Amino acid sequence: MRKKTRDGAAVNSRLIRRPIQRWFPVFVLPTFACFFIGFIWPFLQGIYLSFCNFNVAKDAEWIGIQNYVKALTDPGFGHAFWNTAAFAVVSIILINVIAFAVAYALTRKMRGSNLFRTVFFMPNLIGGVVLGYIWSLIFDGILKHYSTYLTANATYGFWGLVILVAWQQIGYMMIIYIAGLQAVPEDMLEAAEIDGANSWQKLFRVTIPNVMPAITICTFLTLTNSFKMFDQNLALTEGMPQVIQDGAKINMTELLALNIYSTYNINKNWHGVAQAKAVIFFLLVAVLAIIQLTATRRKEVQQ
Amino acid sequence: MKKGLAILLAAMMVLACVGCNTNEAIDPTEAPVAGDPTTAPEETPEATNTEAPATASGSVYYLNFKPEADAAWQELAATYTEQTGVPVKVVTAASGTYSDTLNAQMGKDGAPTLFQCGNAQGLADWNDYMLDLTDTAVYKEMTTDEYNLHDETGAVKAIAYCYESFGIIVNTALLEQAGYTLDDITNFETLKAVADDIHARSAELGFDAFTSAGLEGSSSWRYSGHLANMPLFYEFRDDGVTEQPATIKGTYLDNFRQVWDLYITDSAADPTSLSTATGNEAEAEFGQGKAVFYQNGSWEYANLVLSDDLGFKMNPEDLAMIPIYCGVEGEETAGLCSGTENCWAVNSQASEEDIQATLDFLYWVVTSDEGTQMLADNLGAVSFKNAKVPSNVFCADAQEYAAAGNYNVSWAFNHTPNVDSWRAGVVTALAAYSADPTDANWEAVKTAFVDGWAIEYTAQNG
Repeated sequence: MRKKTRDGAAVNSRLIRRPIQRWFPVFVLPTFACFFIGFIWPFLQGIYLSFCNFNVAKDAEWIGIQNYVKALTDPGFGHAFWNTAAFAVVSIILINVIAFAVAYALTRKMRGSNLFRTVFFMPNLIGGVVLGYIWSLIFDGILKHYSTYLTANATYGFWGLVILVAWQQIGYMMIIYIAGLQAVPEDMLEAAEIDGANSWQKLFRVTIPNVMPAITICTFLTLTNSFKMFDQNLALTEGMPQVIQDGAKINMTELLALNIYSTYNINKNWHGVAQAKAVIFFLLVAVLAIIQLTATRRKEVQQ
Repeated sequence: MKKGLAILLAAMMVLACVGCNTNEAIDPTEAPVAGDPTTAPEETPEATNTEAPATASGSVYYLNFKPEADAAWQELAATYTEQTGVPVKVVTAASGTYSDTLNAQMGKDGAPTLFQCGNAQGLADWNDYMLDLTDTAVYKEMTTDEYNLHDETGAVKAIAYCYESFGIIVNTALLEQAGYTLDDITNFETLKAVADDIHARSAELGFDAFTSAGLEGSSSWRYSGHLANMPLFYEFRDDGVTEQPATIKGTYLDNFRQVWDLYITDSAADPTSLSTATGNEAEAEFGQGKAVFYQNGSWEYANLVLSDDLGFKMNPEDLAMIPIYCGVEGEETAGLCSGTENCWAVNSQASEEDIQATLDFLYWVVTSDEGTQMLADNLGAVSFKNAKVPSNVFCADAQEYAAAGNYNVSWAFNHTPNVDSWRAGVVTALAAYSADPTDANWEAVKTAFVDGWAIEYTAQNG
């Protein structure tokens, strides 16, 4: 006890505090400079460029909100938005339900659960582009038996992407859920059992409220991951098939990030539009993430 | 003492941070080169030639877009520096990343003084950066103006230093084995007759007529780009189109369909799996003697004949290139499809000394012994007065057709608006048609071709 107070006193002593107060800018500066150069500055410049017509960033020319008008009236962008929304809903539900179920099963006392945890986690270690190509080979190999192929229609491409992403992310979310499940107080479960709760009641009334923090973080991760999905999308279908609808071209399996990328590549008239789409995209993901966080946080319980 | 140490450590962190940032700035120029195993170690002419003659004040920075020619350019640049003392830096963009690299490099200080601008799209994007080359010595060395890029005032903005040809590559040894010679093929009907016969006897002959017409990304450009050039060329010729049109009619799409049907029926490949068949597969089928016909271009010479890695090592005497016949009237006198995207543009926003140094370098490349030899060895058919004869048989074929008075099928596809997206639409429709060749599915190809053009034109100019 005495030792503890002396340690506290040492940290608070002026001998230590003074130099920290005086010198902290020197230690903060490098990190802050990196953060500024690598994040804040490009971000601000990006917002500025979204109001400009530019080819190379240095000869940008201010044109007002024209880029935003073009971005919002682009049917491809609208289609990509609904595609992304549908993809996000399906993958959030699928990934979290399966990841939770697997985690729940693997926290039971069973033989080889460590092995299973490792195996389920492993897909995470492979990069998105590689996965995209591997899965496109797998899907095409299967579909070949039915004389068709992955980019033949939008449905195959959509569900192909869902399967790929579920396969990749379930393991990761599972690890978070396992950590959450292991923190559920044993005595609470025991008390519920003594009070006569069956296993479903224990799951829904005790376990799930207690793992809410894990659910919050997992839904947050799956939500932002699905909205930001890019490399898997690019490598698996590249947005194909492309169809003409009402006089406009639409890439049927394109998600938002890929749509922004391909907009930029049309030509220099579209660089600003792509930048405007990127700003809209940022706002969208930020707002959704904040809503989701407040909604699930409210359900968290104090232990 | 401790204070000093703290300052030192903090300073080191700052330096490390700044250091990593400058590295980042240099990286893009080096990364592409690193991707190419044949690259010679990066030359540092500036360092080795400090005692350069006083006359040379400018320097040259060439952004090259052909990874396969990188080593040769590096060597040539070193030779030039040795002879004149003018520093020449050659950077090669990794395959498929040229336009991104150009964009990044042009945004910096010390931007390339010499770069590639291959088509009307490039001209539209970079016109502000392109020097008028009309009065330059290097332009006056040219033998043809056909492939150069001009702006609306008629000024020469990019000069086509070499041209390439595509058509149907034929394995003449196999053709003879099947009982035919090149003289038997003069138009679409005769091509079809020969191909149909070879396909029918493929089991007995041990090879088929055509290689797989793969529609995977590494192969589809041969059809959405090169084969699509045929209907575009004939339509533009009929209508006298010389600039990018806002709309096209698709007059010759039935001819396109005929050839495509021929490719997918007279081949060993299963038409339903074409969307995943790659360019390497087709190349291997041809290289290993499993097919007689292979639609591709003069650049394939290196892979089929020279490359040790691929190991096909075909005998150049067994190779020939014939025009893509598609059943158009008078096509007996067609030549190969020759054109180019290899055009030099000089950065007009570079300093005057650098521009002069660049022009001098170009003049040296197209007139000196070393330069012309390198061009002939690496780039094939070159359009300058001092050009040496290329060893590439396909380039020789192209010159032969031209010398015999056959008309050149120019690269009409250079007019394609928003080219990648337009081609993606055509490929989608072609893949669906190949899997199920009905008239309704062909209508979708036509829509992608004709309506797609108008949509992309609007998008590009919108």
